[in-house]
Amino acid sequence: MKHATFLRFFLPTATAMLLFIALPILSVLIQSVHVPHDRVVVEVENCTPFGCTKSTVIDQNATEKLRDEKPLGRFVGMAIYTDRSHLAFSELGEAWHRSASMGDFAARVMNLPFYRALAFTLTYMAVVTPLSIMLGFVVALAVNAIPRLMRGPIIFFSLLPMIVTPLVGALILFWMVDSRGILGAAVQWLVNDPNLSLKASTPLTWIMLLVYGTWSTAPFAFVVYYAGLQTVPQDSLESAMLDGATRWQRIRYIVLPHLMPLTVFMFLIKIMDNFRVFEPIVSFNAGAHAQSLSYFIYSDLGGETRLLSSAAATSVLTIAGVLVLLSPVLVRTWRQFGKA
Amino acid sequence: MASGSQKRSATLNLVLSGFLILWLVVAIFPFAWTFWGSFKVEGDFFSKASWQNALFGPLTRLEHGNAFTGAGYHGAWVKEEFWRAALNSFVVVVCVVVISLTFGTLGGYALSRSTYRYAFWLLLMALVFRAMPPLTLVSGYLLPFYQWNLWGHLPTAIIVLVAINQPFTLWMLTAFFRNIPKDLDESARVDGCTPFQAFRHVIIPVMWPGVITTGLFSFLLAYNDFVVTSMLLSKQNQTMIPKIASFLGTTQTEGNVMFAVSSVVSVTAPLFLLVMFFQRQIVSGLTAGAVKG
Repeated sequence: MKHATFLRFFLPTATAMLLFIALPILSVLIQSVHVPHDRVVVEVENCTPFGCTKSTVIDQNATEKLRDEKPLGRFVGMAIYTDRSHLAFSELGEAWHRSASMGDFAARVMNLPFYRALAFTLTYMAVVTPLSIMLGFVVALAVNAIPRLMRGPIIFFSLLPMIVTPLVGALILFWMVDSRGILGAAVQWLVNDPNLSLKASTPLTWIMLLVYGTWSTAPFAFVVYYAGLQTVPQDSLESAMLDGATRWQRIRYIVLPHLMPLTVFMFLIKIMDNFRVFEPIVSFNAGAHAQSLSYFIYSDLGGETRLLSSAAATSVLTIAGVLVLLSPVLVRTWRQFGKA
Repeated sequence: MASGSQKRSATLNLVLSGFLILWLVVAIFPFAWTFWGSFKVEGDFFSKASWQNALFGPLTRLEHGNAFTGAGYHGAWVKEEFWRAALNSFVVVVCVVVISLTFGTLGGYALSRSTYRYAFWLLLMALVFRAMPPLTLVSGYLLPFYQWNLWGHLPTAIIVLVAINQPFTLWMLTAFFRNIPKDLDESARVDGCTPFQAFRHVIIPVMWPGVITTGLFSFLLAYNDFVVTSMLLSKQNQTMIPKIASFLGTTQTEGNVMFAVSSVVSVTAPLFLLVMFFQRQIVSGLTAGAVKG
């Protein structure tokens, strides 16, 4: 295909991506090194017959003028990145000097909002990804072993937790674990504590979010593994059976190696997706106990005072994190398609 | 695995089916429970006394004379004007699907037929864009959109969703177009078609399976979106998902959480139908990238 033809076909999608993905990234970068202007303050002297008093007033005109001239605000360099709400280098250094033990240091670091959000995001990513892939694998093995006729309906029902809107799916679970909901009541009965509230405790909130994450991402792993199981070479399985391999040995030495590329693919995709975790925290109303990086940006953007610069700095740090996580995917794609 | 199934022991069968039943309960029960509970009053669905109240609804019977009531639905759809949000959602979803498929098929076709190196780099760029968390982009939109008075309107949210959707659409459709033999459009070119004519008369008639599968995922992205629609739309133009979130903020204190429950059920119902009718396409779309790649 000639360059000119290619350009004409590709122009609409290129424009959309350039305007609404590439430029916003640039805009975030610029915003993160600027803060809104302070109001211009002037000192005026009020003189009365009894003497003069000095007072400061806000010069509205000058403020407006300054804001019109430089709508981006005042350039502050890396100041936002290093302040207490973000990387907090000075606070980190102080915590390091003051704390007696590693545990103490960790506790101090967890008081810093950015590191708290980072800790939850990484925990979510590290727990939900393997758990949901393992659960999906076991379900796929089980579905693969039942009569063909029943598989369709089971696949249908298994897809639901993944297809449903994340905010909605999380809400449904949230209402059930409410202390007046059925799961909440069941937990209270199990631990024999009628006043237990899952919402009030930080560890329990984290566990709820992790359970939701596993519930909602396991179907993806299930579907991918189920499709992969259909491509396992039958003759290898049969010859293994002739050689006397047990069911477990066949899974361990034939099925699992065959599915290894799929597993790697899913790990890479799901790690990136789970890094973006956001909606369940809104649904669970869990901002006080668990914040992810995305939720951190969201809470900066919402509310009365929109902290655009702070949100922008967090966004840049999040993008940096995504790029780190993405690098293995890029290398993999490069090896697959890029060599030609 | 037909030969394997005959040798399976009875205990293994029992464990397998027990596990499957457990999984199905975990997957379905929350939906069934919420659906059933949406026809009760709050005192029953969130019952302090006993969880069985949500099943039999003694308070619902007291208040409405019947164990089932549509009060939650009436409150949400009529009183709180959920119909308006549903209408907005409909407009957004239809526009996003149509526009992103139009852009995506053109771009994907071009990428699949280009033999130059930059096609690969563009796909790699798209992969990077796909990985960007939407919230980081939204914080980039807000300031310019305020300044240029673009904030709050449906077209703004639509075009942003289209753009966010493009990387994924491009990847799926490029892979799909690669499977359509090049000879088809090349022979049309030999017969004197322009590139657009070849696309129009040769490719478009055979592309629908791939486009439908991709369209389903565009639909899901637009329908399920909370980030873009909640941050970029004014109250008047809200779609369904941010509307539900706003029920939680305002009405939980008034004791009208049932509005949220009934609208959650209303939002989930179309997704049920979608999976029911398009299960095969959804499964093939999910596995396309994985099993082949």
